[in-house]
Amino acid sequence: MAEFEPILLANIDRPDSHTRQVYESTGGYSALRKVLGSQTPNDVKETVKASGLRGRGGAGFPTGLKWTFLPKDHPGPIYFCLNADESEPGTFNNRYLMELDPHQVIEGLILSCFATAASTAYFYMRCEYPLAWKRVQQAVDECYEAGYLGKNILGSGYSLDIFLHRGAAAYICGEETGLIESIEGRRAWPRIKPPFPAVEGLFRKPTVVNNVETVACVRHIMERGADWFKSMGVPPDPKNPRDAGSYGPKLYCLSGHVNKPGCYEAPLGITVNQLIDQYGGGMRGGRKPKAAIPGGISMGLLKASEFDCPLDFNGPGKYACLGLGTAAVVVMDETVSMVDFLHNSCQFFAHDSCGQCTPCREGTAWSLRLMKRILAGKGRLKDLDLLLEIGDTIGITPGTTICGLADGAAWPIKNAIRKFRGDFEDHIKRTNPEGWMRTDPVPALDLVEIH
Amino acid sequence: MPTVIVDGKEVELAPGERLNGIQAAARAGVEVPHYCWHPGLSVVASCRMCLVETGKKDPATGKIQMLGKLVPACQTPATDGTVFVTDNDNVKNARAMVEEDLLLRHPVDCSICDKAGECSLQDYHFEYGREERRADIKPFNSRRRSLGDTVTLFVDRCVMCTRCVRFTREISGDAELMVANRGAHEEIDVFPGFPLDNKLSGNVVDLCPVGALGDKDFLYTQRVWFMKSHDGVCAGCSTGCSIRVDENQDRVYRLKPRENPHVNQWWMCDEGRYGWKHIHDPNRIAGPRRRGAKGMENVEWPQVAKQIDSDLRRCSGLAAVVSPHLTVEEAYLLATYIRGIRPNALLVLGPIPVSGEDETFAKGFTIRAEKCPNRKGVEAVLTGVTGTPLVTWREFLDKHLPSGSYDGVWVSGGYVAPWNDTAVADRFARVKTLVVQDFFSSPLMETATWQLPAAAFAERDGSYVNHADRLQSFEWAVRAPAGVKVEGHLYWQLAGRTGLFRSRAVLDDVARAIGYFSAATGVIPDVGLDLKVNQLAGAS
Repeated sequence: MAEFEPILLANIDRPDSHTRQVYESTGGYSALRKVLGSQTPNDVKETVKASGLRGRGGAGFPTGLKWTFLPKDHPGPIYFCLNADESEPGTFNNRYLMELDPHQVIEGLILSCFATAASTAYFYMRCEYPLAWKRVQQAVDECYEAGYLGKNILGSGYSLDIFLHRGAAAYICGEETGLIESIEGRRAWPRIKPPFPAVEGLFRKPTVVNNVETVACVRHIMERGADWFKSMGVPPDPKNPRDAGSYGPKLYCLSGHVNKPGCYEAPLGITVNQLIDQYGGGMRGGRKPKAAIPGGISMGLLKASEFDCPLDFNGPGKYACLGLGTAAVVVMDETVSMVDFLHNSCQFFAHDSCGQCTPCREGTAWSLRLMKRILAGKGRLKDLDLLLEIGDTIGITPGTTICGLADGAAWPIKNAIRKFRGDFEDHIKRTNPEGWMRTDPVPALDLVEIH
Repeated sequence: MPTVIVDGKEVELAPGERLNGIQAAARAGVEVPHYCWHPGLSVVASCRMCLVETGKKDPATGKIQMLGKLVPACQTPATDGTVFVTDNDNVKNARAMVEEDLLLRHPVDCSICDKAGECSLQDYHFEYGREERRADIKPFNSRRRSLGDTVTLFVDRCVMCTRCVRFTREISGDAELMVANRGAHEEIDVFPGFPLDNKLSGNVVDLCPVGALGDKDFLYTQRVWFMKSHDGVCAGCSTGCSIRVDENQDRVYRLKPRENPHVNQWWMCDEGRYGWKHIHDPNRIAGPRRRGAKGMENVEWPQVAKQIDSDLRRCSGLAAVVSPHLTVEEAYLLATYIRGIRPNALLVLGPIPVSGEDETFAKGFTIRAEKCPNRKGVEAVLTGVTGTPLVTWREFLDKHLPSGSYDGVWVSGGYVAPWNDTAVADRFARVKTLVVQDFFSSPLMETATWQLPAAAFAERDGSYVNHADRLQSFEWAVRAPAGVKVEGHLYWQLAGRTGLFRSRAVLDDVARAIGYFSAATGVIPDVGLDLKVNQLAGAS
């Protein structure tokens, strides 16, 4: 692959990259000046639509299309929520942007708000990012001083306020309607859709929720144009009419058993192998890889033999994963027990299920119970079928939950057991030589608390 | 006509009618099990018990395009051509899974749970659940904590439908209840120091589909399958909520609201709900007594009617005070009986107890200040019988009674709270024959020549007319205790009618005699009858 010039991460190595002076010295806010001086909101919308930009938050929904769902000629207010509740395990790309180049995010945010005619933006950041919080707040303050925010921005007549909101650390706040409920001061239980937020969202007004990296991309699209953006990435798969293509640069969070974990920028469509070899410096200790999470734990698992999977929005789906997600690649080498992996995954989702829909609330807690029993050497082969049944029946795909995060809880179960069933069976037979084959109901065990 | 197809069966909706999948299926006679959905509350679609498959029928081609996944019926609107499938394997499996999920941590302590017998979790488990428990989770013991003066929470029986939480937010408006914690740790709770304390608090127990919320008043007093339910009308205020009286062997154990869109929707207030204790009060007047030479003497019921009748016929001026606690039928019998003896007899509306002000909650449920069930009905009977303006209790005391022209007065009471004092009683000093019929003893009762017991609302047959001119008929739920003869039965006897008291026969007379009641013929619907429907027609 040809040498790729980072775009989103271009300036993070400069000293004081988080300050306005440094940002402006590298051409910062030029896109904003250009757009506010000469373009209409509709121009921005059309440019973003033409660029094929898809949301970087996980679902990969086309951003320009999302913006066009807003009602036409709405008297307002229209709200813009920036989703910085980056809670997906393994994911830290937004953190890089917010800590090391917050002005880039804010410029993109202002442009996105301009495009959607929003006059108020809520920057919803997770609680666990104190440095990002400090720097974004500082950046917002600097923008008010410089006239990039507030009334009549740069004399254009457009006004915008940004409120930095710190969440109370809940995975579910990353779901857009959960985030909206949380901003409203309520329990972050996702709302039933329709109505979608674009029609009725925050404070029952039309609302757009976008990810940090998405608006950062908007900034660069507005500076360099849609064609430039489309020159990177993967065109739509002609065999899949629902694939909108995967264009542009993407921040990949590489972690796990590689030599150089970190946040790397690459064009969409890089394969797992390329990511490990070109950016991660190969497997740690020269061990053989066993599996990788393609994009955050909720996306499922890739086997080592599937590492040629291209990490674009369409790629992981072809390998029975849920999708690209947040492009957080966690690589596991041959020393990892898949039983441990799945136990860890179940623990996370049992802890972070919001508890609104019965199948997810109870299913995640139940799967953790099963995993705990298997780990404790009391597993039976039958339990694997039960785990699969739980995995197959929760989520928005079968239709049993309100939000899509339940699918994320199900996918690791489905992928781990279907792709590594031998590992699980070996573990169960080895640790429970007396009872692994039993099929009668398991007596109620006093193992531990729910989780 | 919009047509919905439920399991292959076509159901027609009225134009403009907005139903969801559960309601549309009910039209087709198909039950869709549900926990969180309630017609009076917002839709959250979280319990996932009502999952069905849905699709759309193309009106042009007649082809049905299914959505291909499960949807909650509660959240799916039924519009023209909507198809619901509630009985295929996919739906059955989803229901079984939800039922299994809900039972994972449920203590299954049905044997000591008040809800057993009327519990959705129980019913749905038998209907839709699995035969075998696959979970390896040992359920907790049923932790219990108080939420307020009226309601107690059995924490682990809860299925997190959040109906109670939504009720306190959307209807009672005080929002005391909340969901605490997250995921499988979730519990219903109140904020420390802010207990469940509102005038509609008892409704959360009715809303609870399982045994999580217990009514402290009812708790452990009766198994539900021992009780018989009787439709009734609450006598607590002039709203006249439709209720169910649950009793066993003539003992009332609880009152529950009965759905009536015209009156109380699905709710009733705590004052009415717990306002039945007087029925079993040991201090009730029990048995007729007549003032004789040696003070009050007991009289046997068979002699009462004859003796009172002859006492009253000896009086030269008669008056009757008709209580707003009497039914329309009883008021009519008493009024016509007194007028039958003396055609110029004075008919007086008994005192109207008023307390505070009307209190209206979200979506219209109202607790009325007028604390009697039938002021409108009695008023209409009195003006209808006399053809003259109404005489109030105050006017009677201040104007008519001091004139001295009434030596025979019948005062019907039935009031639960004290309603007269010695000053009032003194005004009756010159009355020769004073019949007082009341629930408890009072100064007026002490001065009476005849002391007669009154019946409680659950012991009467008849009809009440509420503040909005809605007539609701009901039958007795419990028999009056020994010694108490229900007013209607006595008046029926005094009026010289034969056989047993039949309120329906009296109401027919009333409907014929008094224009206001002309609509009250035929069968009175469960939700009552709006008497105003015929008023315009009658006036023209």
